[in-house]
Amino acid sequence: MNTADLVAAALFAGVVAYGLFGGADFGSGFYDLTAGDARKGAAIRTLIDRSIGPVWEANHVWLIFVLVMWWTAFPGTFAAAMQTLFIPFLLALAGIVLRGASFAFRKYAETLSQAQLFGALFATSSVITPFFLGTVAGAVASGRVPGDGVGDRLTSWTGPVSLIGGAIAVGTCAFLAGVFLTADAQRAGEAALAQTLRVRTLIVGLVTGAVVLLALVPIREDAPTLSDGLSGRAAPLVAVSAAAETATLVLLLRRRYAVARVTAVVAVAAVLLGWGVAQYPWILVDQVTIDEAAGARATLTALLVAVVLAVVLVVPPLAYLYRFTQTEPSSTEEA
Amino acid sequence: MSVAVADMLVSLASEPPAGLLPARQQMAFSLGWHIVLACFGVAFPAMIFVVHLRGVVKSDADALALAKRWAKVSAVLFAIGAVSGTVLSFEMGLLWPGLMGRFGDVLGFPFALEGLSFFIEAIFLGLYLYGWGRLPPRLHLAMLVPMAAAGVVGTYCVVSVNAWMNMPTGFRIVDGEVTDVQPWRVLFNSGAFLQFLHMWVAAFMVVGFVVAAVYAAGMLRGRRNRHHRVGFTVPFVFASVAALAQPVVGHLLGMRLGETQPGKLAAFELATSTEKPAPLRIGGLLVDGEPRWFLEIPAWGSFIARGSFDKPVQGLDTLPPVDRPPVNITHVAFQSMVGIGMLLAFAVIVFWLLRARRTDLLRRKAFLWFAVLAGPLAVVCMESGWIATEVGRQPWTVWEVLRTEDAAGNNPDLWWVFGGVVVVYAGMTVGAVLVLRSMARRWRAGQEDLPSPYSPDAPAPAERVAE
Repeated sequence: MNTADLVAAALFAGVVAYGLFGGADFGSGFYDLTAGDARKGAAIRTLIDRSIGPVWEANHVWLIFVLVMWWTAFPGTFAAAMQTLFIPFLLALAGIVLRGASFAFRKYAETLSQAQLFGALFATSSVITPFFLGTVAGAVASGRVPGDGVGDRLTSWTGPVSLIGGAIAVGTCAFLAGVFLTADAQRAGEAALAQTLRVRTLIVGLVTGAVVLLALVPIREDAPTLSDGLSGRAAPLVAVSAAAETATLVLLLRRRYAVARVTAVVAVAAVLLGWGVAQYPWILVDQVTIDEAAGARATLTALLVAVVLAVVLVVPPLAYLYRFTQTEPSSTEEA
Repeated sequence: MSVAVADMLVSLASEPPAGLLPARQQMAFSLGWHIVLACFGVAFPAMIFVVHLRGVVKSDADALALAKRWAKVSAVLFAIGAVSGTVLSFEMGLLWPGLMGRFGDVLGFPFALEGLSFFIEAIFLGLYLYGWGRLPPRLHLAMLVPMAAAGVVGTYCVVSVNAWMNMPTGFRIVDGEVTDVQPWRVLFNSGAFLQFLHMWVAAFMVVGFVVAAVYAAGMLRGRRNRHHRVGFTVPFVFASVAALAQPVVGHLLGMRLGETQPGKLAAFELATSTEKPAPLRIGGLLVDGEPRWFLEIPAWGSFIARGSFDKPVQGLDTLPPVDRPPVNITHVAFQSMVGIGMLLAFAVIVFWLLRARRTDLLRRKAFLWFAVLAGPLAVVCMESGWIATEVGRQPWTVWEVLRTEDAAGNNPDLWWVFGGVVVVYAGMTVGAVLVLRSMARRWRAGQEDLPSPYSPDAPAPAERVAE
């Protein structure tokens, strides 16, 4: 493993972290959207406010980390991907902006109609954003982003693997969020709410699992390099993910929500890692390898220093923040 | 027919890329919008810290109430600050592929460290906002310290990249290839520290004057209680120190322009030809290449810009026309910044001198009106500064290394994107104003906690009227 590989690994760790933590935030939008009218949905929406309120901004920074690592370590491929995948990146960005702003606005809205407007914006953009980020992943993984020049701005991200990637992203986000929200509701002593969320999460989990299984065929056709990796080097990770997903569903059935959080995280992390391992050593599949794309060596080394700093300075307070939100009882007194 | 097509192709080839103008407009617009919120991210934690500390240590209920309210306000402002900052990260690639593809590994490292600061800020923001009643009071208060520190580091890192664009260093270009990249030299480039200080101090001016303006407006409407006095005074003290420091920092920063970016200095000074000594021109515009309508003070241009009455100010005519910045925008923006900055510095001097002599200007309506106006003026001052330095650097994105037309992409649809951005940002502005005003209204009506209208704790509409 050379320096470029190490930096790519750190970058991809950021992708996994964003997929897990940012993903769980996005996924909560699905339950917000399906919560029902103002009265029926009040409990779920209030739970979502409490669950992601303290963490969503920190979770969001993983995306910034990924972008910055990408353009600093592999500048040419960053510019190429941003130009070719201009439309899905732009739509994901619009979703991120609308969702963050309207989440904050909704919390302090004065009237119910304002809250409903901001809430609808928050929920729909939360569901849509992972879809477009998923299409970006699919475009990269199916070899549609050329290393130099600009690929087709439309067909590059509307291929089968992109659409599947988008659907899987939406599904896994909702699944993760469902498990976490169910556990949060249980901890807050809201058994009825936990029950509602549990059923919805189970349905989301089953549908998402089915999509992932069905997707294997088109992936074989449309992205042979990725498919070879998934059935070869990354096969153990795929197996771990399948096992963890099944375990999560069983744990949800048996109402063991706290443990289900762990297996759900393992399931999604293994899928994301599997993707990374499967497409190694390509950064843009079939086009540019990590080594070819790497920028100046001195910069890569400096980035590793930044990564070490991140591990030392960021991870401990982040862990404390999660502990703070996941162990204390949900409190009504907050800023 | 084919000749006409060939002609057209030739003329197209010599024109700047389709993405240039919309990319410029969009970057200016989104950065100009975000920078105001970035100021709050940098400076507001320190002000909240002061009132919160007073509230905890001296059991000052008014100060503690202010801390709680400002925390809620920052929850809204930091949210839209975070998302509009994300827009900028995307725009680096969406709008400026020529800059990022070629120089990403040169300028990227400071951004990585800025990302870390943003992480720290976001984590401790979450802990602070949700720590009321859940963390021990002093520990809770301490959560603001890493936020303020992250503001310093983050500002330095971002501004160091801008300083590098002004004074590029830490790489060489051999046969058109970027080589010998030294990221630490980019991070610690010689222009970075003063430029950082200029922006950091500006952040305290903006937030200090804006927050003070809110409470000045309250006093104008007759709300002259202690809550308003403390709410005015704390940010105003920060703003006062910043407003007094800023002219010194800005002057030091400007002194190096004669050496580093003579074109920018010439535009600032409206200098069409080299003069020694050069006069100071106040006001004025360039009309048909000639400066008009200005007030001239002989030799002082040289003294202020170069530190000596004998040193020349290089004229625009020493640069080939393709290398000259747009003069009028640069000149007007620069002088607006200086003018407003001096006015604000003068005003705080008067305020504190009179205060020392036991004359309280807060009792004068005229001063309160001025204090209300000082908020937007401080914002205009900072925006003018950014316009002056950015437009003044044109036609370069990286000074004498990369032209802006080469940094832009060739996407013909950018005007539509820019239109969309304007609509979304307008909506975000309206949403923020609406929500913040309604928060203030409910606070005045005696509600402190502001439960969401759909929450089970929310009072029913009828009860709310009764409150």
